[in-house]
Amino acid sequence: MHLIKDRGFVHPVASEITPQGVYQGRRRWMQALVAGTAGTALGALPWQALAQTSPARPNKLAPLPGVRSTVAGALAMDKLTPYIDISTYNNFYEFGTDKSDPARTAGSLKTRPWTVAIEGEVKKPGNFDLETLRKLAPMEERIYRLRCVEGWSMVVPWVGYSLAELIKRVEPTGNAKYVQFVTLADKAQMPGLNGGSLDWPYVEGLRMDEAMHPLAMLAFGLYGEVMPNQNGAPVRAVLPWKYGFKSGKSIVKIRFVEKQPKTSWEVAIPQEYGFYSNVNPKVDHPRWSQATERRIGEDGLFTKKRPTLMFNGYEAQVGQLYTGMDLKKFF
Amino acid sequence: MNKLLLKPAAKPLVFGLALLPFAWLVYGAFANALGVNPAEAIIRSTGDWTLRLLCVTLAVTPLRQITGWNALARLRRMLGLFTFFYGSLHFLGFAWLDMGLDVEAIVKDIVKRPFILVGSAALLLMVPLAATSFNRAIKALGTARWQMLHKLVYATALLGLLHVFWMRAGKNDFGEWSIYAAVMAVLLGWRVSKRLRRTAKGLGHTPQPGDTTPRSA
Repeated sequence: MHLIKDRGFVHPVASEITPQGVYQGRRRWMQALVAGTAGTALGALPWQALAQTSPARPNKLAPLPGVRSTVAGALAMDKLTPYIDISTYNNFYEFGTDKSDPARTAGSLKTRPWTVAIEGEVKKPGNFDLETLRKLAPMEERIYRLRCVEGWSMVVPWVGYSLAELIKRVEPTGNAKYVQFVTLADKAQMPGLNGGSLDWPYVEGLRMDEAMHPLAMLAFGLYGEVMPNQNGAPVRAVLPWKYGFKSGKSIVKIRFVEKQPKTSWEVAIPQEYGFYSNVNPKVDHPRWSQATERRIGEDGLFTKKRPTLMFNGYEAQVGQLYTGMDLKKFF
Repeated sequence: MNKLLLKPAAKPLVFGLALLPFAWLVYGAFANALGVNPAEAIIRSTGDWTLRLLCVTLAVTPLRQITGWNALARLRRMLGLFTFFYGSLHFLGFAWLDMGLDVEAIVKDIVKRPFILVGSAALLLMVPLAATSFNRAIKALGTARWQMLHKLVYATALLGLLHVFWMRAGKNDFGEWSIYAAVMAVLLGWRVSKRLRRTAKGLGHTPQPGDTTPRSA
């Protein structure tokens, strides 16, 4: 716990931040120096370490490397949220409604074999098994801010590629106006399904242009390793400019449809959740303000919450998708 | 049981027990043992304990009358004050950790969010009860008026339940809430049925042995 006042306004400029890989490489180099093996270290270690800028792997799960993404806005400069926080504080109601539930109970999720069915308005429907999906496009590492509708946020180094890569390959027809994600609902593997807090399976949706945006991501891992079950293994959506619940986890079906699909939260509480659910500090949730957020693992207990940014800070990239739309009406 | 309850150690023991959740939160805050979101953990936990202690406080009178452990009455005031203590911590947690002690933001939030409005009202109704909890206040008010005033605790109980209900409505998750609601229903239902039976018999309050303290709550 730190009591230093960080109000979240003052950020260093991007060029001033030392990438984690670089300073870790530097540390390793210095450690090697102290150990009296400077000769060998100078020969091989530091230069390799300097080139590697990915976050250190937690060594919990199988490695899943990705190249640094070149998509605009895909590498947030924010400090990464620790792996332990990302993997123990989860909203994944299929495994229980408490945020500590999924990490405890998601061990029962079977992620192999896994297929994702592509259905609806596409020229090439079919079933993609996980191996095929993983090889569909080069894996990229992307550092995204994640803003939960509940008012907290994290910074996650995901591994995956743009959802558009998959969409292009299945060739949507002219009738495909929306994409619907259907996630796994299996009582045998998911104890939370007995709770009945939502209609299962959990479904989410995007407008076609949103789904085609390069920042919309199909993620297979985080922190350079395969996805922990509680984070939505083996494959999930990540939509950094929308509240976290829009990013469906453990996806089993992607349907291309003509009419705007109903999402699970829209059905459950229509006056509180709309189809778009873009992060917007100016449009409050009916029961709480969305103007500020608490950054998990970083902000101290008495730190004032930091202001939430329009489209979670991705306005430059995604703002044009919503020009002319009344975002108070289409919340 | 009465003898046990009358032992000099009984009161300090209950005092210590009621202080344990608070001690754990203080320790957890400094030892970083409150999980990923400590602010949320503190606000949740103090809220939970407010409701639990309110149930315990409201259970004193029924338990005493059913079992005849009249010495339980010695603990009721302390339990009530602990309910108020945790309720105040809960509000302080919200005002400080969630709202950064920004008075304007707090007022705006209370007005805007019905479940916070209801929770704040429940706490506010406990203020006069805590303020008149000492013996001289009972004397100054007179037992009858004091008892009338302290019937406010029932409003606090109902508002507290509504507060949690609305909070849980966001997740459509009423499992835990229904347990509290059932306990409260039994505790308040017992009082209602007792009152009804008395009215049916056309009797007023019959004094019972050991019934020396005001008996509203």
